Amino acid sequence: MASIKQMDYGTPERVSDTQVTLDIDGRVVMVPAGTSIMRAAAEAGINVPKLCATDSIEAFGSCRLCMVEVEGRKGTPASCTTPVMPGMKVKTQTSRLEKLRRGVMELYISDHPLDCLTCPTNGDCELQDMAGVVGLRQVRYGFDGANHLKAEKDESNPYFTFDPSKCIACSRCVRACAETQGTFALTIAGRGFDSIVSAGAEESFMDSECVSCGACVQACPTATLMEKSVIEHGMPEHAVQTTCAYCGVGCSFRAEMQGDTVVRMVPDKEGGANEGHSCVKGRFAWGYATHQDRIYKPMIRERITDPWREVSWEDAIGYAAQRLRAVQAKYGNGSIGGITSSRCTNEEVFVVQKMVRAAFGNNNVDTCARVCHSPTGYGLKQTFGTSAGTQDFASVDDTDVMLLIGANPTDGHPVFGSRMKKRLRQGAKLIVMDPRRIDLVKSPHVKAAHHLQLRPGANVAAVNALAHVIVTEGLVDEAFVAERCDPVEFDRWRAFIAEPRNSPEVTEPLTGIPASEMRAAARLYATGGNGAIYYGLGVTEHSQGSTMVMGMANLAMATGNIGRRGVGVNPLRGQNNVQGSCDMGSFPHELSGYRHVSDDAVRSVFEEVWQAALDPEPGLRIPNMFDAATHGTFKGLFVQGEDIAQSDPNTHHVTSALEAMECVIVQDLFLNETATFAHIFFPGTSFLEKDGTFTNAERRINRVRQVMAPKTGKAEWQVICDLVTAMGYPMHYDNASQIMDEIARLTPTFRGVSFEKLDRLGSVQWPCNDAAPEGTPLMHVDGFIRGKGRFMITEFVPTEERTSRYFPLILTTGRILSHYNVGAQTRRTANVAWHPEDILEVHPHDAEERGLRDGDLVSLASRVGGTTLRAKISDRMPQGVVYTTFHHPVTGANVVTTEHSDWATNCPEYKVTAVQVTRSNQPSDWQVQYESDGIQRRQIAPASPPQAAE
Amino acid sequence: MKSTDMIRMANQIATYFKSYPHDEAVAETAGHIKSFWDPRMRDALYAHVGSGGSGLDDLVREAVAVLKRGSAEGQAIR
Ligand code: SF4
Ligand code: SF4
Ligand code: SF4
Ligand code: FES
Repeated sequence: MASIKQMDYGTPERVSDTQVTLDIDGRVVMVPAGTSIMRAAAEAGINVPKLCATDSIEAFGSCRLCMVEVEGRKGTPASCTTPVMPGMKVKTQTSRLEKLRRGVMELYISDHPLDCLTCPTNGDCELQDMAGVVGLRQVRYGFDGANHLKAEKDESNPYFTFDPSKCIACSRCVRACAETQGTFALTIAGRGFDSIVSAGAEESFMDSECVSCGACVQACPTATLMEKSVIEHGMPEHAVQTTCAYCGVGCSFRAEMQGDTVVRMVPDKEGGANEGHSCVKGRFAWGYATHQDRIYKPMIRERITDPWREVSWEDAIGYAAQRLRAVQAKYGNGSIGGITSSRCTNEEVFVVQKMVRAAFGNNNVDTCARVCHSPTGYGLKQTFGTSAGTQDFASVDDTDVMLLIGANPTDGHPVFGSRMKKRLRQGAKLIVMDPRRIDLVKSPHVKAAHHLQLRPGANVAAVNALAHVIVTEGLVDEAFVAERCDPVEFDRWRAFIAEPRNSPEVTEPLTGIPASEMRAAARLYATGGNGAIYYGLGVTEHSQGSTMVMGMANLAMATGNIGRRGVGVNPLRGQNNVQGSCDMGSFPHELSGYRHVSDDAVRSVFEEVWQAALDPEPGLRIPNMFDAATHGTFKGLFVQGEDIAQSDPNTHHVTSALEAMECVIVQDLFLNETATFAHIFFPGTSFLEKDGTFTNAERRINRVRQVMAPKTGKAEWQVICDLVTAMGYPMHYDNASQIMDEIARLTPTFRGVSFEKLDRLGSVQWPCNDAAPEGTPLMHVDGFIRGKGRFMITEFVPTEERTSRYFPLILTTGRILSHYNVGAQTRRTANVAWHPEDILEVHPHDAEERGLRDGDLVSLASRVGGTTLRAKISDRMPQGVVYTTFHHPVTGANVVTTEHSDWATNCPEYKVTAVQVTRSNQPSDWQVQYESDGIQRRQIAPASPPQAAE
Repeated sequence: MKSTDMIRMANQIATYFKSYPHDEAVAETAGHIKSFWDPRMRDALYAHVGSGGSGLDDLVREAVAVLKRGSAEGQAIR
């Protein structure tokens, strides 16, 4: 259990090769050069009083409470802004200082309401603490003069309030918003006594640029900026360290609790991925975990048109086991399979794939990474030898040029987005390759050097053009390539890429990017110092997703941008545990640690530990499962925490496949869209109830700790153990840590991982084994995992999804900050305040041609289906391209997307669909049907005594 | 699987490897199908080739011949 208060050293840590020794209150202290006196004192256990300083932001020196005496210097310098000097002699406590500090406090308190006993921050207020520390006993100035006591509260934000009557104008919030978050939403308006914090130009927080990250709330020393949950419940009494369950940044949090009620989530300063920062989702949007829609009891039904019946765990498990075995008896061993979830822990995922391989006796297991980052797996394995990002997040602090492709980090990976912005403000350069003008192209104090606004589907042509410039203008790092890469593969790649058809000039009509801009961007990446590639689903979700990943790897190898800090090829993973679910052997062709099932030696190790014969043939991937289901050879599916009926492309195809199955089991928090096609529902646990690990985009294995007991009575992995035991394959663990021990035993890159080590070190990045007992922040440092780096030829092949007279526009999809993917969680929180429905962004020109106005209902149709949603006129997309999110099931964005997919991995081509947009005044046929089916198929029968079914 | 989907997927693989010298392209296409396609999908592909293989890239046909030879000899291709 973590202590409720984390140490605040007052000013940020400094790193220096030079150590400085000084004397503080008679103690000899040694700290890195550049450290403030305040921090040096704190490290020696002396807490100098302070108000405007906190260690997450640079010191400002405004409150004057932290003054100290320095021998040989006049006056009383502020310890937060004064750096240490060798031999300095400092006194932090003298009668002069005491008197001065009391005077300062007296002024503060004279304009502060004295309602401490009923103040929500009572007990956690630095002003209150400091009044105590300086021994304030009286306030000579009454409240008769001008004051701010009647200033009005701003309660517009759903998660925190702003009560200006309590503000001491310390500007910690302003600096947190600027330095930590990089949004610059807050200012101190007015001067002197009239100074007041303001969000935008007299706007409420909700109407301002604020993105609700909460950094200001965390930085505020008083009750001015305060979580509403604390106002409601009071102060927490204990804290538990855990990990956010939303995105692949994997922020560490301290769940601050009263008993087993979460009072607030506070990002952990010690968190390797986030270092004390978070976004609106992780910090505030956890209310879904106890939302009224959650299902806590197992349920079964004979047919999907029947109402659900609540039963005991025993009955549900027995029923599921019997139905799965019946399907296998009738249709063969390979007729059932499972899908693992990137929302679940490594341990939960590992047992599901073990269930499929050892108990079902086939390899029909896949994971939702199929529809997002499977091309990363393929592409990076081919070129570098393993499926993982090469860097840790901190590496970006040494990056000089960021090449950001098909990702929108300020929305999708906000905490890393803030870190990028920080580095960009320090002078690093940015190249954005994206059809959409994402916020990073231009935001306060950040401007991309180049925005390569390419046509959707032209990624490979564009990456080839960049490489062409590098090869033909002599910008290849020949020494790196000669030492580190396979010469035969390099030579043929060089010959290929140098061909004129790959030049920026020839590819310009395909990419839409002016050749001169492309050339300038290529030169910048190759010669601007440390170049790092960051990318997202705008790379992978294409018919050439895998080719594009290899194209980026080629670029990094050719310029020597791999194997040290500041460089690399980095997938920004979507979900919290995408990396982990892939590592755990969720792909139908690979056992944990990315080893092919046909490898006899690898299989035999598993066979011995699992005491089961394993199938050497690859199993079905998710889209193949749907195809096989419609063909009648795949009849039973276990779906762990994923909503395939909403998230997978071509909804009609998915739902008809689900309807064709005879046993669909869903394990989830809610009766999601997939559950409307299920026969058995196992209630799942939220991250607050889980014990295990998540692995983030930088391969960092973080602990997820239980802050409350599973509300369903069983951990998810226990349910799997019970199910396979009932199927005749006994499986048992006492706890999640034993599952990790088995993973470590069977997976060379995890060999050194254990809960004990994670608890001791906080987190580790795999590979973690005898060669790297504390993990590996950077990959491919001395050589590539596969030996020599392999350049791969990346011929541009246009997608078969083409615009036509009937479908003249290209639809591309993405997500926004406040919602998470299918929205199952975030739609059940106050985050809906920011995004109540999915919106179609249409370019003004395309809108005008169709007579569309902002806010009109429009029909969006492709050759496979149609839906109706509201349009927003926006020039963020180039003409001819429309954009929407997929956070709301009723929009059914995937009713429109097609069956096209990546050539190597079948990752769906979500980013390119030919569509038409027309004005509409009614929901689509699909939406009408969806509403009525959904209501019927979610009905739960009144409780009745359990009966054995069938 | 609809045969149009199967043909498209197989041809996509062949199209990628076509940039490589012919023998390598055949081996890589075969290897990819062997590594990533479950046996029922491969059987459907073999059956389609057996009945004329209409719509399939020549490289796919050659790869299928290699795969069939390989499975007849019981060797793993990866
Ligand atoms: S919540 Fe975040 S974005 Fe909003 S004002 Fe505070 S620091 Fe700035
Ligand atoms: S709102 Fe809080 S952090 Fe901001 S200036 Fe006022 S007291 Fe300081
Ligand atoms: S959603 Fe991502 S960035 Fe936001 S707090 Fe969670 S892990 Fe961090
Ligand atoms: S804490 Fe140093 S001046 Fe405020």
